[in-house]
Amino acid sequence: MTTLSARISQSMASGSRQLLSGIQPGEWLSQGKQLLLPLVGILVFLGFWHLAAPQVETSLGAFPGPVQVWEQSGQLWQEHVSQRERADKFITMQEERNARILADNPEADVRIRDYPGAPTFLDQVVTSLLTVLAGFALASLIAVPLGIVFGLNRYFQAAVNPLIQIFKPVSPLAWLPLVTMVVSATYVSDDPMFEKSFLTSMITVTLCSLWPTLINTSVGVAAVNPDLLNVSQVLRLSFWTHVRKVVLPSSVPMIFTGLRVSLGIAWMVLIAAEMLAQSPGLGKFVWDEFQNGSSQSLSRIMVAVLAIGFIGFLLDRVMLLIQRKVAWNE
Amino acid sequence: MSKPHLELTGVEMAFDTPKGPFIALDNINLKIQKGEFVSLIGHSGCGKSTVLNIVAGLLQASRGGCVLDGHEVNSPGPERAVVFQNHALMPWLTVYENVELAVRQVFRKSMTRQERKDWITHNLELVNMAHAANKRPGEISGGMAQRVGIARALAMKPSVLLMDEPFGALDALTRAHLQDSLMEIQQELNNTVIMITHDVDEAVLLSDRIIMMTNGPAATVGEDLHIDLPRPRNRVALADDAKYVHYRQEVLSFLYEKQRKLESLNSRRGSSAKPEAPAAKHSASA
Repeated sequence: MTTLSARISQSMASGSRQLLSGIQPGEWLSQGKQLLLPLVGILVFLGFWHLAAPQVETSLGAFPGPVQVWEQSGQLWQEHVSQRERADKFITMQEERNARILADNPEADVRIRDYPGAPTFLDQVVTSLLTVLAGFALASLIAVPLGIVFGLNRYFQAAVNPLIQIFKPVSPLAWLPLVTMVVSATYVSDDPMFEKSFLTSMITVTLCSLWPTLINTSVGVAAVNPDLLNVSQVLRLSFWTHVRKVVLPSSVPMIFTGLRVSLGIAWMVLIAAEMLAQSPGLGKFVWDEFQNGSSQSLSRIMVAVLAIGFIGFLLDRVMLLIQRKVAWNE
Repeated sequence: MSKPHLELTGVEMAFDTPKGPFIALDNINLKIQKGEFVSLIGHSGCGKSTVLNIVAGLLQASRGGCVLDGHEVNSPGPERAVVFQNHALMPWLTVYENVELAVRQVFRKSMTRQERKDWITHNLELVNMAHAANKRPGEISGGMAQRVGIARALAMKPSVLLMDEPFGALDALTRAHLQDSLMEIQQELNNTVIMITHDVDEAVLLSDRIIMMTNGPAATVGEDLHIDLPRPRNRVALADDAKYVHYRQEVLSFLYEKQRKLESLNSRRGSSAKPEAPAAKHSASA
């Protein structure tokens, strides 16, 4: 899926580059096709959706078609803008009031409150993105070094392999209650740096997404060309130089493959975790709309679905760009 | 003769297998003088590479040992640089960086930055690869990559240069070209070289001595042939030379009459012996 979409957008990118630079007529046709076909696919899908959606009656009315979803996305944007304006107004008023109080009495204990309004759709997107990036970063920080250790030592690998195989397929929903309980019990602070809900979602994401990176890294490290290992031995490279100059660069392609799979999983897991745990983010947005059950809810959920898909796609593209920069075989 | 530069004494190599130890090499004795170019030739699977790996320190002999300049060899080191069959360059480093990795490791303390830079360039020029210094191994041909592999090995200033079928993976013309380059470099540097080869012509053309190995298991040194041809040698002129033809004849007769690959069938134990395809048809090519 990801590679297919990556290839499509790649060909789209190269297609537009070709269009700018003057090409053979024959080529033009094939380049045009490469640009055209994805568009045709999207249009056909939209058409089907448009025709099929009204046929599906739910208790909240007909299933939303593309038009309603488009309108609703505009609506969500409007809500975000007006909410921001109100927040700005609230902050300015608060600052003015505090200034007045301090002018009367410099000793006064002024309070600064955050705007109490509900988070908008865009706020939730940002929260989700931050959570997934934090969880993914933590997973990578754990998985890459561990993967290197396992890959370097086959005894270690043999010892740990069954554990990896058992924990890898565990669903995020199974982890979530445990993580929630552990976080509430251990993360006790009067002035917490993070919200507990943030930690819970993040740790769940980490637990579920570290496996592909771990496995790919250890496979990549174990598969370093034996000739290169011999070169390293002949040169008497120290352990760290060996890891830095031979093992790591050699396994970078595999590590990145793992990282991309991990990031995809992280994003999927996060939505489920937010939904179940009611921690802020896109998952909660979907759940709240579902509970809300207004006539617009289904359209709003559909906007979220598309946003989730699009963000997942963008995350993968970003990883691919980083991979291109870092990996030597690209 | 003076004390040998490199000496293998009673080397035996046994590998553990589920059916008990497999004796690959048995009682190998070899003395090599400084500046000698020695080829090891034998059929596939006779343990030539094992001998080379023992000298390199990548393998430990089960019995006996290897002494270089009075020191026992028991681990790999840059004074015994190896040229691998498939160049073994780091694909993520450029040609220059590949040589640099070796030079920095070996001469970290003894050379200044500028000296190291000059030394890397010098070695790349020696193998005519300075023009591709900034290319990656994937961007150059197999023959060019092998030149860089040789440059990297030479840049370590090894006291013995070990070459494991260095030209085996190349086409005949490229191989001939690289053999000529190697002879020129050898003329200039006078290194001690041990080279493994399958190729009879290559062995006679390049070597001062050809060590012919018997078939495994329990392979050992069969014959030790001194090649007394004046240098520089020219492959075209030598093709008609009576001495050259004679040396070539000697090696061929060892490989295909005295040590025919089929003979190993008789020495296999028990009923497990299966007819083995003659694996060394290609050894006399080129």
